[in-house]
Amino acid sequence: MSFTPNIQAYCCHYTSQQTLAEGPEGLKIDGFPANITINRLVCTGKLEVSTMLKAFEDGADGVYVAGCPLDKCHNLMGSQRAAKRVTAIKKALAELGVEPERIEMYHLPRGFHPEFVQAGQEMNERITALGASPFKGDAK
Amino acid sequence: MIIAERKPVNEIMEMVKDAKRILVLGCRGCVSICSAGGEREVEILASLIRLGKQKAGQEVQVTSATLVRQCDREYIDSIDQWDGQYDAIVSMACGVGVNFIANLRPMDKVYPGVNTTSFGGSAEQGVWSEQCAGCGNCILHQTGGLCPVARCAKSLMNGPCGGSVNGRCEIHQNVPCIWQSIHEKLVRFDSKDQLAAIAPIRDWSSAGHGGPRKTVRDDLTV
Repeated sequence: MSFTPNIQAYCCHYTSQQTLAEGPEGLKIDGFPANITINRLVCTGKLEVSTMLKAFEDGADGVYVAGCPLDKCHNLMGSQRAAKRVTAIKKALAELGVEPERIEMYHLPRGFHPEFVQAGQEMNERITALGASPFKGDAK
Repeated sequence: MIIAERKPVNEIMEMVKDAKRILVLGCRGCVSICSAGGEREVEILASLIRLGKQKAGQEVQVTSATLVRQCDREYIDSIDQWDGQYDAIVSMACGVGVNFIANLRPMDKVYPGVNTTSFGGSAEQGVWSEQCAGCGNCILHQTGGLCPVARCAKSLMNGPCGGSVNGRCEIHQNVPCIWQSIHEKLVRFDSKDQLAAIAPIRDWSSAGHGGPRKTVRDDLTV
């Protein structure tokens, strides 16, 4: 049976400008997977660990964050902070016996770039290969 | 402040494996300041516990709350508001908080959510270092304000030991030799003669070697 993962993407205002400019239809034409939900933020530095964990609780099979390049964040260190939080979640997932690859940080160029679509495609392929989230176990 | 860090999640999950209703209890004291057990960390641990239980296919109800402190009876008493709503408490306070809950609520199962590591401070964001050992007999007036009990790997009273290299401790190369720092500080204040005095054999009974310590202030007891 085919599996279409639920993927939640958290993108800062600058790396996700393409989504606004092209809209859902334009992104689809570019090849951006339709099963990825884009959550826009003013800055990925604003993204809390608990928000990303909540995404898993709510049924996400994978989560990724797209922020500015490490040394070129619009808010100086926002994407660095986000990357560290993603790393912390990877560690916690591993401790729970879940693949850390289910969450990822991408540092993407700001503006209109194909890397935004490529990141979505890469994450979609990865999570599709991993399968459904182990957190979707049936409660006893 | 008291420094702590969250225990590995799998260790906590093992503690609460039989619990179906869990109260994750933070503290707004030291552990909030060192980002180990304040409101934000409580939310994170509560979420991780729910995820761990989901993965195990077990139902769980997790309640999150943060007390003003967990080292005073009046705040521990406020746990009454959740009476009957939990099978286990995971305290994210330091070990004092866990002990206080265990002392004052003998019928409750309470587990530590953090490892309590030291008395320290943060000179740079995200980094905490031990500064005080709470030995109960402070000698900082003799050592330029730098503590050899906490910050010398050997807790020497008559240092340096002679093993340091380039001002670094022979046991921990990434740690400065505190006795070299003490020497430099006393020289700076023209007080290096203090170093010639031999410290007597120390009575460690005030440091806990004489059993659990207790402080009683008659002017405050009622």
